Amino acid sequence: MADKVRIKMTVNGLEHHSEVEPRLLLVHYLREALGLTGTHVGCDTSQCGACVVHLDGQAVKSCTMFAVQADGARVTTIEGIGSVGSLHPVQEGFWEMHGLQCGFCTPGMIMAAADLLNKNSNPTDAEIRHALEGNYCRCTGYHNIVRAVQYAASKMQGKVGVAADD
Amino acid sequence: MAEKLFGKAIKRVEDPRFITGTGNFTDDITLPGMVHAAMVRSPYAHARIRNIDASKALAQPGVLAVITGQEMKAAGINGIPTGWLHPGIKTPPHYAITPDKARHVGDIVAAVVATSRQIAEDAVQLVEVDYEPLPAVALGSKALEKGAPVVHEEAPDNVCFTWSIGDKASNDAVFASAYKTVKLEIRNNRLVPNAMEPRASLAQYVKASDEYTLWTTSQNPHIHRLLIAAFIMGIPEHKLRVIAPDVGGGFGSKIFQYPEEIIVLYAAKKLNRPVKWTARRSESFVTDSHGRDHQTVAELAVDQDHRMIGLRVETIANMGAYLTTFAPAVPTYLYGTLLAGCYKTPNIYCHVTAPFTHTVPVDAYRGAGRPEATFLLERLVDVMAHQLGQDPMEFRRKNFIQPGDFPYQTPVALVYDSGNYEPAMNKAMELVGYHKLRQEQEEARKKGRYLGIGAATYLEACGLAPSAVVGSLGAQAGQWESALVRVHATGKVEVYTGSHSHGQGHETAFAQVVADELQIPMEDVTLIHGDTGRMAHGWGTYGSRSAPVGLSAIVMASRKITEKARKIAAHLLEASPEDIVHQDGKFMVKGVPDKSKSFFDIALMAHLAHNYPADLEPGLEANHFYDPKNFVFPFGTHIAVVEVDPETGKVRLLRYLSVDDCGPIINPLIAEGQVHGGVAQGLGQALLEEAAYDDEGQILTGNYLEYTLPRADDMVQIEHDHTVTPSPHNPLGVKGIGEAGTIASTAAVANAVLDALRPFGIVHLDMPYTPRKVWEAID
Repeated sequence: MADKVRIKMTVNGLEHHSEVEPRLLLVHYLREALGLTGTHVGCDTSQCGACVVHLDGQAVKSCTMFAVQADGARVTTIEGIGSVGSLHPVQEGFWEMHGLQCGFCTPGMIMAAADLLNKNSNPTDAEIRHALEGNYCRCTGYHNIVRAVQYAASKMQGKVGVAADD
Repeated sequence: MAEKLFGKAIKRVEDPRFITGTGNFTDDITLPGMVHAAMVRSPYAHARIRNIDASKALAQPGVLAVITGQEMKAAGINGIPTGWLHPGIKTPPHYAITPDKARHVGDIVAAVVATSRQIAEDAVQLVEVDYEPLPAVALGSKALEKGAPVVHEEAPDNVCFTWSIGDKASNDAVFASAYKTVKLEIRNNRLVPNAMEPRASLAQYVKASDEYTLWTTSQNPHIHRLLIAAFIMGIPEHKLRVIAPDVGGGFGSKIFQYPEEIIVLYAAKKLNRPVKWTARRSESFVTDSHGRDHQTVAELAVDQDHRMIGLRVETIANMGAYLTTFAPAVPTYLYGTLLAGCYKTPNIYCHVTAPFTHTVPVDAYRGAGRPEATFLLERLVDVMAHQLGQDPMEFRRKNFIQPGDFPYQTPVALVYDSGNYEPAMNKAMELVGYHKLRQEQEEARKKGRYLGIGAATYLEACGLAPSAVVGSLGAQAGQWESALVRVHATGKVEVYTGSHSHGQGHETAFAQVVADELQIPMEDVTLIHGDTGRMAHGWGTYGSRSAPVGLSAIVMASRKITEKARKIAAHLLEASPEDIVHQDGKFMVKGVPDKSKSFFDIALMAHLAHNYPADLEPGLEANHFYDPKNFVFPFGTHIAVVEVDPETGKVRLLRYLSVDDCGPIINPLIAEGQVHGGVAQGLGQALLEEAAYDDEGQILTGNYLEYTLPRADDMVQIEHDHTVTPSPHNPLGVKGIGEAGTIASTAAVANAVLDALRPFGIVHLDMPYTPRKVWEAID
C-alpha cells in the first residue's frame, strides 16, 4: 500500500482535509470519505457519466481522476447544486418534465446538463443531445431529459414555462 | 365532487430525492464494521478446477477469508433452483461458487473478503486457481451438434428441454396446401440488460437472534427471500429480511436469484460482520443474466386471398450455462403463446430446443419472449406483404382479429379477452402521415437517398398472471399480489405493496389511485415497498404486472377500508350503512349533506373506539390478496422512419411514432416515459447492441468500450398517442405498459431498415444493423 497523501478540497462549499491513497479515485473519495453518495458509479470505463461532478466549474467524470489530482480544487456535487426548496433550474426541469425514472443516472445527467447551460444558455435539441453523449440513461430514451434541459434553459433565461410538448 | 387524480399527469413524488442526490441505493449503504467481497471469476468458458491455493491472498493484510465452492457445499448451502419447470427438463445444480468446473467466463470460482474493496480486489489476483481448460461451446446450434463439448453431465446432449405448441401434422398440411409461403432464418441477438445501477448486495447477520438482513438490487425481494430461505440456505423465512431499497433500473435482470447474494450472506455469518459486494460494470457483463439469443427458422403461409393460414417456428433458445429463475418460461410460455400476435392465423406450430452452452445464463430481459415472437412475426408479415405486392399495413389490416371476435381463442393457448387493433393502426398511420411518407420515399429513392418506413403491430400478454394457470404450466411460484392499506389515527395512510418500483413511479401512480378510492389528499398516502420486513408477502415487479395485479390488490384493499369506514360513519351518524354516501371526501347521510363525517373523523374514531359499533373491530386497515382472472393484453402500432447512407452503411433514425393501448392511463407522464425508454431499448437491439461470443466462449463485447447502448444522439423525440380498450377483468381496467415499447420497436426499426435496403435486393439481415453490416450487405 502506497503512502497516503494529504489533500485539501472544497466540496459543496465545505473545506475538507484528508489523507488518501494515491490510487483513490475522486468518486470514491466523495462517496466513501465524505459520504456524498449522490454521485454514482455506473461503469469502469468512463463511458456512462453517472459520476459527473463540477471541478472548478467544469464538468468532469469523477471516476476518471484521482482524488489527489483534485487537491486544492473546488468541487460541486449533486448535493451541492441545489436542494429541495431551492432547486437548481436543471433539477427543477428534470422533476417537471419527468426526466428521470430509476434516478441512478440522474445526478450525473443533471451535472452534465448544468455544465452545458453554463456554456450555452440556449442550446438546440441537437446540441443538448451532443452534450449529453457522455451520459448513459437506460430508462427514459432521453426524450424527457432533452425536455428537462430545454425547460431549464428557458427558466434560466427568465422565460416563463416552456411549450407543453414538443 | 373532488377531482379525480386518475389520468392526471402528476409529477412524481419520488423525484426530489433522486434529483438532489439523496436516493438510497444498495451501494450507498454503509454499516459499522462492514467488509467487502470481491469475486474470483473464471477467465475460461470451460475448465476443471484442479486446485485453489489461497495462501498468498490470505497472507495480505486486511484479507479476512477466501471462500470456495467446496467450503459452501460442505456447509450445507444448496444450489440455486430455477423457478419454472417443464416436463423432462434437466436442472443440474447451480452453486453460488462452482465447486468443480467453471462453465462460463465469469463463473465464480472463489470469493475474497477483505477490510476494503481495494484490498479484496487486489487479493483476487493472488488467489492461484489451477485450471484445466476444456473445450467450450457458445452458440446454441453448435451445442446441439454431435460431439459438442458437454456443459453438464446431467444433459450429455446439452439439451436442457424441448417444448412445442400446436399440431405439427396439421401445420405441415396447411403449408403443403398454401398459396404462398415465406421463410426467414432469424438470429435474435443476445443482449446485456444494462440497468444503469450495477448489481450490489450487502448482508448482515445478527448472532443474538440468528437473523439475516440482505440489502440487494432486486425487482422482487420476496422471491429472493423464498428461494434463499426455503431452498438454498434452509432457514425460516422470518429469519431473513430482504430489502430492495432504491433500485436503479432492472429490465428483468434484477428478478433473478444471483450467486453473489448467497455468498455475502454466507460470509456475513462466517465472519460475523456485514459484507458488501458491488459489481464493476465489466463484471455485470459476465454475471447479470443476458436476454434473447434465439436462432429461429420461421415460416408464414397465406391463401390466395392473402389471409394468413399458417405459421411454423423452429427455435433454438440458448439457456447459457445454468438455469436462472424464469429462464425456462421465456422462450416457451412467453414466446410460443404469443405467436398469433394481432392476427387470425388459424394454425400455428412452434418447437423450441433449449441447449446449455458455456455462456452467461439467459433469462428474461424487458419483454421476455414477447419481443422475440413479435420480431419474427412482424418480419414475416412485412416480407410476405411485399412479396404479395401489397402494402404491409393493408396486409396487416386484412388479417387482424376483429372487434367482434373477442374473447378470442388463439391456436396457441391464450384467450384474448379484449382488443381493437385497427383504430390503433389507423391512428398511427394518420399521425405519421403514412401515405405521404411512402411518396417521399419514392421521391428520395430517385435522388439516391434511401428512406425506410417500418411498422410493427404488437400484442402482448402481461400482468403475470393467474396463479393456477402459471402453476399448470410449470411455474414454481404464485403470481398473485398482496396489498395492505393501513389508516392511522390521523387519517394518514400507508399502503404496503408486494410490487416493487425501480423507476416505474409507483409511489406516485399508486398514491393517485388510493387518494381517489379513499377521497383523501394524495399527500396523505405513502407507499411502502421493497422490504420483506415491512410487507410480508409479494411476488414483485416484472411482466408489466404492477398496475394490473399489484395495484388491483391495493384497490381491493382500499375498498375494504371504505366499506368499514361507511359502517363507522353510519354508527356515528345514527343511520344505516346503506344510507351513507361517500362523496367529496366525506361520508354523509343520503339526502342530508350536513350530517357527515370526514375521513379523519372516522380514522380517529376507529383508533379510539370510544363511540363505536359493537360488531366491528377497532382499527382501520385491510389487506387483500389479488389473483388475476387472466393476463391483460395491451397492443398497438409503432412506425419507424430511418435513412440509410449507402456510402457508410450508417442508419439514422428520423422519426418514431407509437400508438399504444394499455387501457385507461393512470398517469400519462409515467406511461409515456415507459414507452420512451422501452422504444430506446428496442432500438438498441436493432441498431447497436450485441453480446457477442467467440467460438471458445470468450465474450467479445464485455464492457462499455465494446458494447454500445443508445446515447442521446441516437434517439429522436418520440411521437406518442394511444387508444383506450380497458381490460374487462380488473377493477380499474388497466393493462401494462412497461414492456410495450421494447416489444414493438425492435421489429419496427428492423422493418424500416430493411425497407430502406429493399432497392438493393436485401430481404433480411440479422441485427444489430451496424454500419459495417449494412455497408457489407449493400456492397
